Amino acid sequence: MSILINRNTRVLTQGITGKTGMFHTKMCQEYAFGRECFVAGVTPKKGGQSYEGIPIFDSVKEAKDNTGANVSVIYVPPPFAAAAIDEAVEAEMDLVICITEGIPVRDMIRTRYKMQGKKTILIGPNCPGLITPDEIKIGIMPGHIHKKGPIGVVSRSGTLTYEAVGQLRELGLGQSSCVGIGGDPVNGMKHIDVLKLFNDDPDTEAVIMVGEIGGDDEETCARWIKDNMTKPVIGFIAGVTAPPGKRMGHAGAIISGGHGTAQEKLAVMEESGIKVTRNPAEMGKTLKSVLK
Amino acid sequence: MKIHEYQAKEILRQYGVPTPRGIPCFSVDEAIQAGHTLAQPVVVVKAQIHAGGRGKGGGVKVAKSADELKTYANQILGMNLVTHQTGPQGQPVRRLLIEEGADIKKELYIGMVVDRKSQRVALMASPEGGMDIEEVAAHTPEKILTVLIDPMTGLTTAQANQVSEFIGVPKELWAQAEALFQGLYKAFDEKDASLAEINPMVITGDARVLALDAKMNFDSNALYRHPEIVALRDLDEEDPSEIEASRFDLSYISLDGNIGCLVNGAGLAMATMDIVKLYGGNPANFLDVGGGATTEKVTEAFKLMLKNPDLKAILVNIFGGIMKCDVIATGVVEAAKQVKLGVPLVVRLEGTNVELGKQILAQSGLPIISANNMADAAEKVVQAARG
Repeated sequence: MSILINRNTRVLTQGITGKTGMFHTKMCQEYAFGRECFVAGVTPKKGGQSYEGIPIFDSVKEAKDNTGANVSVIYVPPPFAAAAIDEAVEAEMDLVICITEGIPVRDMIRTRYKMQGKKTILIGPNCPGLITPDEIKIGIMPGHIHKKGPIGVVSRSGTLTYEAVGQLRELGLGQSSCVGIGGDPVNGMKHIDVLKLFNDDPDTEAVIMVGEIGGDDEETCARWIKDNMTKPVIGFIAGVTAPPGKRMGHAGAIISGGHGTAQEKLAVMEESGIKVTRNPAEMGKTLKSVLK
Repeated sequence: MKIHEYQAKEILRQYGVPTPRGIPCFSVDEAIQAGHTLAQPVVVVKAQIHAGGRGKGGGVKVAKSADELKTYANQILGMNLVTHQTGPQGQPVRRLLIEEGADIKKELYIGMVVDRKSQRVALMASPEGGMDIEEVAAHTPEKILTVLIDPMTGLTTAQANQVSEFIGVPKELWAQAEALFQGLYKAFDEKDASLAEINPMVITGDARVLALDAKMNFDSNALYRHPEIVALRDLDEEDPSEIEASRFDLSYISLDGNIGCLVNGAGLAMATMDIVKLYGGNPANFLDVGGGATTEKVTEAFKLMLKNPDLKAILVNIFGGIMKCDVIATGVVEAAKQVKLGVPLVVRLEGTNVELGKQILAQSGLPIISANNMADAAEKVVQAARG
């Protein structure tokens, strides 16, 4: 099994006629069951057209009503991306994955506010998306490095997730699902939300949790793991060497007011029984060491 | 993005936040003229740099005469101001704010940030004005009140009064204090700020609530809709390498080590710095070339790193996903040829078409040290940097 998405998921792409949307929709279509999974595209005023055999609609609601899509992936440019999320939430999609990087925080505060009490789950923004190997890939990660297996991966970073997956592959370990929750300070699913799903997923045996400086989501998640998680979790936090007060690439990767340091996070994770490594080259090895 | 105190005050005044009258100056003559214009018995000469802690560093002086004003302006303008936020190298003062003095009865703290947990703007208030709020939070957290602001209704009067009561604003001044809080929130919200601080907010002898100091930072993702904020950018206050990097859409941060790091992706870039350190080296920079590591970007990145006189070696760590390793390798080779690298270059490629990529590096004729994984790369680059 897997979490959040599988071969029965039906996806619509918001921003399908943009350069990024086109490219990645095609790549996703070519991965595993992608041709069956990617059923619709949305670009206002381009309804009636099609791309790679995928029908395009003017609105998310129309696309959903006509194709039965239940998940949306967003490649809309930053000034319009929050509104795109709002539209998907209004259309009551189950899951929205926002790849777009660079959305103003103010827009995300309002979007998250409007999502209160709604059924839609958000992943991202500023994330690589998620993949359930050999079934479906929604996002920009390279599909071929993944393989099916028992390890769950959750991370705030794209390439660092690929690094973890690459190391698992070297050791012959596949993944149940890999979730990139994104590098923005105001976002949807947090580490804790993903860990809860992995805990309940019968096919996930252990989890790699990759974090980075900024905020305290990793600490919150670690405390939950200590009391609730029945599967081994290993962790890595990027940014031990990051100077305070500087935004390290990701909008959310910043040590502010002395908080959000890697050291703080690693300490709480260790206290919570998570085996952490300070060596990013040993994420796979560390995971293997905790497998039963 | 950061701006100066005088600029933050100009913005806040537009939102009805009361501040002392002040005039920004770029020369001692302008400062003297500003003193005449203000025509006050006491004026304050304030260094304008982007870092905090200016008072303790000698960048803020109270002048009680025209002569004193001239003396202090001379002293501060052009000085190299060292504060706990500038680092030991300090920051040269190029601008002054000449401001009318205030009769201070009470110093309080008001700040706004985005609270990641609640995903709302949080107003933080403390009766301990004039102090570093981090210090207050560390030693006397009970002296800080945090109020979360509903993005649809804004700051309510009840919340404003709660804040005033907590920090000890006399009841007859609550309406004034609320006007200040509301103005601050409105400015924060409409200008896409990421931080706004009034420290101290003061109560004067003649019963006024004033923003004596002001600091505002802005969300760089929102600058596209605020040309008026972009116009306030002061490049003298920024690291020249970081300015250069931003022109090529590279995410770059200068550090104090000697091993240059060129990586795709922010998380992997941080992890690369970490592993260099773990293997006994010191990273010279954080550098994320983003998803598309084109020849042009890699060339510019090399040029940037090579400007650092301390640079001893460069580590390129690329996980090629959508971007194929052979394309990246070609880019690295082209860039290395163009900039005539004088330091050892260690390259670690992984991902799509990695074998082809490695072949291109090997056949380039360049003395590139190839690494098989991150650990191997870190070990090799640390060794190379030692010479």
